[in-house]
Amino acid sequence: MGRLLETSDLSKSFGGIKAVQNFLIHIDEGEVIGLIGPNGAGKTTAFNLLTGVYTPTTGKILFDGKDITGRKPYQITALGIARTFQNIRLFGELSVLENVKIAFTLHASYSFPEAILRLGRYGREEQIIDDRARELLAAFKLDSLADEQAKNLPYGQQRRLEIARALATRPKLLLLDEPAAGMNPQETKELTEMIRWIRDTYHLSILLIEHDMALVMKICERIYVLDYGKILAEGNPDEIRNNSAVIKAYLGTEG
Amino acid sequence: MDSGIIVQFFQQIINGISLGSIYALIALGYTMVYGIMRLINFAHGDIYMLGAYVGFFVTTQLQMGFFPALICAMVVIGITGVLIEKLVYKPLRSSSKISILITAIGMSLFIEYTTMYFLTPQPRTFPPVLPNTIFHLGDIIVSFQQLVILGSTVVLMLLLWYIVQYTKMGKAMRAVSYDTDAALLMGINVDHVISFTFALGSALAGAAGVLVGIYYNTIDPLMGIMPGLKAFIAAVLGGIGIIPGAMMGGLILGVVEALVSGFISSTFRDAAAFGILIVILLIKPTGLLGKNETEKV
Amino acid sequence: MQIIKSLRKYDLALIAASVVIFAVLEVLIDMRLISSFWRLQIILIGINIILAASLNLINGITGQFSLGHAGFMAVGAYVSAIMSMWYDLPFGMALLIGGLAACLIGVLIGIPTLRLDGDYLAIATLGMGEIIRICILNIQAVGGASGLTGIPRNTTFAWVFWIMIITLFFLKNMINSTYGRSCISVRENAIAAAAMGINTTFAKVLAFAIGAFFAGLAGGLFSHYFSIAHPSSFTFLNSYNYLTMVVLGGLGSMTGSITGAALITFITAALADYPEVRMIIYALCLILLMLFRPQGLFGSQEGSLLLRRLINRRKEAGTHGKTLGNQ
Repeated sequence: MGRLLETSDLSKSFGGIKAVQNFLIHIDEGEVIGLIGPNGAGKTTAFNLLTGVYTPTTGKILFDGKDITGRKPYQITALGIARTFQNIRLFGELSVLENVKIAFTLHASYSFPEAILRLGRYGREEQIIDDRARELLAAFKLDSLADEQAKNLPYGQQRRLEIARALATRPKLLLLDEPAAGMNPQETKELTEMIRWIRDTYHLSILLIEHDMALVMKICERIYVLDYGKILAEGNPDEIRNNSAVIKAYLGTEG
Repeated sequence: MDSGIIVQFFQQIINGISLGSIYALIALGYTMVYGIMRLINFAHGDIYMLGAYVGFFVTTQLQMGFFPALICAMVVIGITGVLIEKLVYKPLRSSSKISILITAIGMSLFIEYTTMYFLTPQPRTFPPVLPNTIFHLGDIIVSFQQLVILGSTVVLMLLLWYIVQYTKMGKAMRAVSYDTDAALLMGINVDHVISFTFALGSALAGAAGVLVGIYYNTIDPLMGIMPGLKAFIAAVLGGIGIIPGAMMGGLILGVVEALVSGFISSTFRDAAAFGILIVILLIKPTGLLGKNETEKV
Repeated sequence: MQIIKSLRKYDLALIAASVVIFAVLEVLIDMRLISSFWRLQIILIGINIILAASLNLINGITGQFSLGHAGFMAVGAYVSAIMSMWYDLPFGMALLIGGLAACLIGVLIGIPTLRLDGDYLAIATLGMGEIIRICILNIQAVGGASGLTGIPRNTTFAWVFWIMIITLFFLKNMINSTYGRSCISVRENAIAAAAMGINTTFAKVLAFAIGAFFAGLAGGLFSHYFSIAHPSSFTFLNSYNYLTMVVLGGLGSMTGSITGAALITFITAALADYPEVRMIIYALCLILLMLFRPQGLFGSQEGSLLLRRLINRRKEAGTHGKTLGNQ
């Protein structure tokens, strides 16, 4: 297994506040990694650094052998990092199918004149986009909802659609920001299986932020614990479960 | 250096300050309404025009002087502002930004052309309610009217400052501006606060209308369009939502315009104002006194 | 069915329909069955459809609220007029250069201003439009405040009609491609769009450039019809006017823009003798529309889609419905 992502001394300050400091993680191909920590620990900030939404104050990010520090979000997605959002960001007014089709834009190569004249690669590639988008929806059991407006879907299905849409960009690394938030136990159980299935089917690595410890412990091979912007601990689920610093951070000293 | 140029420079500064203080008065209304509702009230310039007409009728039909005209205009226009808010903007409070912006454009056109329909498009001459005295400071000329404009503006701004900083309503205004939902939960009657803000902002625009009528002598139904846009630019320049910013923006804009008219050409006056807008939006969109904010992801 | 085949079939049907409409109107005009007043209105409807549809690309499809469309139109009007008058270029060439000039200005204005959004962008584009107009006003070589006169009257109904059809096809095909979908995704959620690998700045500037190009073409048609280009034809009030057409029809709907442009031009013509009343009605329409139907006549839907849904429903009642491509 090769090294897919590696950071060195990554940090981000907002004014005087250090949201993330010395953020040092690595992800290998095919791994499922958990990023946990109390609210406000800097988990989402870390995601935003990795996906280029924020420019790091210091440090470097190496992805797939390339330095991606300071690149724009769309460039990073093109290189193979896709994400979902904590507060779902679907294209609400558009249909479920259109949501996924937009994510295929990256892999269409027809030129603007070909699009306007509907000649050349346009027809073939549009056909491929349509077919692939429908396949992806079928794989996520959303095909029967293809023409629904995304905003009208129930919460659990919106989260699923967001994952399907992220996969349409054909990532090597998928970042999931609290995928189980707001799901009922049954949906969470399905999600747990789905995350493994995604890793195996699409041959990618997954980094996920999650508060549902049962889910994290069950599927993650390694876990990073973030507290006050710093990595508090790293290890496999058993190590993390028994780490005294982690227990203290979660339960507090008085508790 | 040529002393003629220096004299002209200071002369234009004086002219710019009187023009700028009028922009500042209008800009205050924009900035307060934007601070509280996140609405660019495109009709604000037309409210100012209505103020000029009220002043005109009070001085001509009722034969009253400067102060009664100013007070009448402020009261009548303050009430008009509240009516517009209640009838048009309130039902749209939860609509998309674009809907509200288009409504504001519609409201602006409505006021302009209704005024034109009832009062004819003909410009009217404002009666001379103030003496035409002129003071000489060396070679620089200052008119009595300019002094009155500056004085009235300063008094009104101090009054506004007192209301916003030290009264209960002012505190409520600041709370709503900071976080409408939280203010609502704290038991503040947001509807009242918004109405009060419209009343205050409109009253100031009404006063500005009377002052302009006196300064330029003529008024017409479309006179509010350009000063309205300029005042908005002034508000953005100072930092929209920030009251001292509006005052500062208005003065800077007035002075720049006066200098451009004096030294380049008056035809480029409007272009200079829009140029300032573009530059400030590109360099510091939150304005001179604004703080930077980024969208949370 | 393959998507491209169903698309081509649909395109052919549209072209056939356009030819029929053109033939009917051309015959009516040639035989002088339409009064000169209404002939003028038909030309204006065509030009306004180009303006509304291209503004819809910027405001409706890409969600970037621009109030500077009249400025782009002005650039096209003047540049094409200069090409015709000073360089004796053929009309088509003059129009094209006018459009390209507007497009260039659109890119130059777009790159800095499109970093702004919402209200700020609206005001900045309004300012840019006014700056263009004020600059023209101060160039004596093109007539300054008295306008540029003596432009050859080259614009005919055929020119307007076919440029309008080209505009509509261009925009329709663009919207149904990855380029158009990028624009739509920017409107829906710019942050998510970037996370999907879409260069949002490029999408915005592209929409602005294309919108400006067609506004420039419309400007060229305008100045070569009236034989004069005057700065007062291109104020921000004109931009409001095109905006109203788009909003009335429904932001994001090309069918809406066409309907909006035709309706507003009609109403303007019908109330030509009462300019003040016209503006009052116009303003009331805007306010009432926003209060009671802010999505406009068509919402962001296309007429063709509504029609197809109706047909599909009927088909499904009979046989098992076929899946049709997305237009």
